[in-house]
Amino acid sequence: MKIFRWLGPAALALSVAVWSSGAQAATIKIGVVLPFSGPNADLGHQIDKAFDLYVKMHAKDIAPHKVQIIKRDEGPPTGAQAKTVTTELITNDKVQMLTGFVFSPSAIALAPVINKAKVPMVIANAGTAWITNLSPYYVRLSFSMWHPAYPMGGYAAKTIGCKTAAVAYTDFPPGKDSVLAFKTAFEKAGGKVGLSIPMGSPAQVPDFTPFMQRVKDAHPDCLYAFIPSGAHATGLMKAYGEVGLKKAGVKLIGPMDLIPDNKLQDMGDAAIGTVVMGHYAVDLDNAANKMFVAAWHKEYGEDSYPDFMSSQGWDTMHAIFDTIKKLNGNVSDGAKVVGALKGWSTDGPRGHVMIDPATRDIVQDERAMEVYRKPDGKLGVKVVGTTKAVKDECKILKVGRCK
Amino acid sequence: MPQVANIVVSILFDGLAYAMFLFITSVGLSVTMGLMGFVNLAHGAFAMAGGYVVVSLTRSYGVGFIPSLMIAAVVVGLVSIRFERRLYRRFYKATDLEQVLLTIGLAFMAIATFTYFYGPIPKSVPLPDWLEGDVNLGFRAFPSYRAFLIVLGAVLTAVLWYAFERTSIGAKIRAAVDNRRMAESVGINVDRLFTLTFALGSGLAALGGGLAIQLFGLTPYFAVLYLVLFLIVVAVGGLGSLQGTLLAALVLGIIDTGGKYLIAEAGGFFIYVITVIVLLIKPAGFYGRE
Amino acid sequence: MAASDTTAATGASERVAARDRAAEFLLRQHRFKPAESLPWLIAIAVYFLFPDRLTFGSQVLVMVLFALSLDLILGYAGIVTLGHAAFFGVGAYTVGLGAARLGWSEPISGLVAAAIVAGIVGFISGWFLLRYRGLTLLMLTLATAIMILETGNFRSDISGGYDGVPGLIFDPLVGLFDYDLYGHTNYVYALIVLALCFYFVRRIVYSPFGQALTGIRENVRRMHAIGSPVHMRLVTVYTIAAAIAGVAGALFTQTNAYVTLTVFDFEVSAKVMVMLILGGTGRLYGAFIGAAVYMILEDHLSKLSPTFWSFGIGLLLLVTVLFARHGILGLVEDFGRLRFAGRWLKERAAAQQPAWTREQWNAVGISAFDGALIGLAVGFAVNIGSADLLVTWFTDDPLGVLGWTAAGALLVAAINAVYLVLTSRAAA
Repeated sequence: MKIFRWLGPAALALSVAVWSSGAQAATIKIGVVLPFSGPNADLGHQIDKAFDLYVKMHAKDIAPHKVQIIKRDEGPPTGAQAKTVTTELITNDKVQMLTGFVFSPSAIALAPVINKAKVPMVIANAGTAWITNLSPYYVRLSFSMWHPAYPMGGYAAKTIGCKTAAVAYTDFPPGKDSVLAFKTAFEKAGGKVGLSIPMGSPAQVPDFTPFMQRVKDAHPDCLYAFIPSGAHATGLMKAYGEVGLKKAGVKLIGPMDLIPDNKLQDMGDAAIGTVVMGHYAVDLDNAANKMFVAAWHKEYGEDSYPDFMSSQGWDTMHAIFDTIKKLNGNVSDGAKVVGALKGWSTDGPRGHVMIDPATRDIVQDERAMEVYRKPDGKLGVKVVGTTKAVKDECKILKVGRCK
Repeated sequence: MPQVANIVVSILFDGLAYAMFLFITSVGLSVTMGLMGFVNLAHGAFAMAGGYVVVSLTRSYGVGFIPSLMIAAVVVGLVSIRFERRLYRRFYKATDLEQVLLTIGLAFMAIATFTYFYGPIPKSVPLPDWLEGDVNLGFRAFPSYRAFLIVLGAVLTAVLWYAFERTSIGAKIRAAVDNRRMAESVGINVDRLFTLTFALGSGLAALGGGLAIQLFGLTPYFAVLYLVLFLIVVAVGGLGSLQGTLLAALVLGIIDTGGKYLIAEAGGFFIYVITVIVLLIKPAGFYGRE
Repeated sequence: MAASDTTAATGASERVAARDRAAEFLLRQHRFKPAESLPWLIAIAVYFLFPDRLTFGSQVLVMVLFALSLDLILGYAGIVTLGHAAFFGVGAYTVGLGAARLGWSEPISGLVAAAIVAGIVGFISGWFLLRYRGLTLLMLTLATAIMILETGNFRSDISGGYDGVPGLIFDPLVGLFDYDLYGHTNYVYALIVLALCFYFVRRIVYSPFGQALTGIRENVRRMHAIGSPVHMRLVTVYTIAAAIAGVAGALFTQTNAYVTLTVFDFEVSAKVMVMLILGGTGRLYGAFIGAAVYMILEDHLSKLSPTFWSFGIGLLLLVTVLFARHGILGLVEDFGRLRFAGRWLKERAAAQQPAWTREQWNAVGISAFDGALIGLAVGFAVNIGSADLLVTWFTDDPLGVLGWTAAGALLVAAINAVYLVLTSRAAA
């Protein structure tokens, strides 16, 4: 019958229509580059857990699109392995976006590659200030060394009342960067920085005792210390207590790397009274954070805590998902993705954060937080001061390579 | 206290504590390498294992810190016997390279295994109250934990010295280190001796690993991170010598601490300079045999 | 002319003639065999078959060159060193600092400069250190490498410290070929450099000088006894190896456009030694196989499990040392020599006794015990995976514990028994 002659092509056309509308559901490949092995693996895992948790909880937000996460080991903090695996992610796996990157050298090494490939890179940690200047495809959701250090300089001089300070730092560029930021602000506010002690390389946790002993002999009012987050933090705090700096009245201050949340409980009484400047602590009192921490405990156990890196990872994946939604899955044009990310803002576990359209760097609140013992016996932090909407001072003041 | 004297005392004290850690962990390696000529690069892995046993015992089973240290030493010592009998024994006649490959392979596998069971996050141990804080000796206060390290190190040195110099087993070990063939022909069962020494050395390494947690934190990478340090102590001290390891640990520990204190920028440099100088003058180390 | 003069003159020219004859003989014996073209064909094929993996490919080639330089001193001269990364790093930084601070961005001359600088460092350190052996030499070479690292860190204003020297730009190769994202130019460049260096190394090895090195490796006392200038020979080969390692380091910087202080790490020295031993020392092509296998395996494993890949590497090392003592090439040679696997089995069995002995039973028994432990560990890992819960596993699931233990014991004992039976059967 004649009608059957139309049935075939009609069925074909219908199925093509259905198939192509289904095909509009894109699978977006995202490369995640984090240190999964090696001495810094815990940093990578803290961010990775946040990524996984977000993707798990919010997968339906971007339906019908899906994300395919391809994870690669960032390797040691030198950049070479990061460069190789990221280049492969771009050329071999053909990812449309990159994220992760704990170490500054990785981001620094990749700038020429990213500029050639035009793949947007959403940085979840690497903190050297001038990184975002290296490529128009870099967007940073974490922080620059100047974010916590610069406000801390002013806070230490004006609120805590330190007139003299000693600085001690792990001897690598983020350490020097952080100390420079603190010094600039502290001396601007009338303070004086005396002793400046490099404390060994980031690769190995040194015995901090000789460094702390020197600080004790110099009796400054405050000690500003920078160490890479992780095992160094516990070592430093223990040495601070054992050498008797606390008893001698030298106040310990620094960025929040000093008291990572998942190690705070081990630090003992020596940590009480330490004031850090940072954007996140597990005890932060806002709705998003309460939900975040509860979800974290549910997924990873009561003994596992998110830390500032996890909060960065969470916000990073949030930003990526919002961009996918905004562009309706069309993320192959790197410039468009960066454009969509500029000006993005949310109220996340860290409070209100925004991506500065001018620098593609993060703008967030920095909080002065003091360690105290909670009624239940555990150690916690309470917010004692907030500086709102802090931008990266390095780029504003155009210091060094931040021009 | 006058400033200069204060600095000197600080350096000596901290350096001594650090030296005790180096000695306790490295002495086993020195005797092993001197006795059997076996390059055991998995020594750091035994130390790491000891550390993790202490972590588990203190955190999950509530055992005290000191008892945990002792249990860890015994457990790791016993486990090492298994490795020695089944695996290491086959390689005594092998070349240095093969021994290096074997033991590095074991170390890698150990790192991955412990990462699987414990995760990569650095661990610490809860200390009893008398080890936290400091102890006041009138003219100065000293951190208690480090004072404890020094005392423990001194006691162990005395015990080991007595065992080596005054017991018959010690005499047999010394004889075997001096001249294995001769010792065998005199009827000393060198194989059994070696198993015993190896177990003792690994047990001491485990003890050192447990003690190190408070100083450096414990991650699975401890196994290779500090291996270079142990090798240096052993090489500078001389293989198979108790006094050598002690002297090397003291010299290197104090100079490293002093260097870090006085010239922080060049801190790590000094150990290596001393190593090169000593080895150029005395290639077999302080008390080694050519 | 006096008679003595004639004799002296004839004596000298005789020596020269003898040496030339020896050199000719060696060259003839070691002419390029057809099988030798295999690795090069494979390398060229990779360029066409895997165009997406060429960045990785360049890194493999760099490591092959580095391992080759180590083979000269380790495989041929028998010097065991833990500081070879020092020369790699010196070469890498010569090119890196040259490009960044002096504006020297021409790549080929950069290679030459790196070779010279690394060679000088090699000569000086070799002159002092090669009088020692064994553990002493290991520690001296290691300490030297670390001291260079620490110096670099001390003057991090020059060296860039741990952030290194990034963003290096190099002139297009011979003014024509620029570098693209996919690494085509880099790969071909690295391959050509490798080929040239390889040819050079091969000539050295199959020359009277190379034979002298082998002599030193095998029996240094004898070499001293026959008047061979041992120390000078060792320093020479050490210098050459250092120069080649410097070239490898320079290539590394150029293909990565980036260099950091970790090129001096102990880990780098250890890795290249592992690669070489894996492939087989003293066999020239061992460097190729070892470096390629190691890097491919590492890459594959870290994709499989970004966290636990080092277990696979450790296992590989263990297996190599247990079953392939002379590396992969050694295995190939062994099988090549005995043409039939059956003959291999027979030879192994011939060493055993024909009937089941007490020792064999004991072996099975002990292996069962080991198997039980292994089964226990695996069962624990599969069921629980956290050491803090070890005791609870025993109390909660005693039957499961028993099951895993028994399974492990039986499995390992069975394997061992079968092996014993096979080998004793073959002899019968």
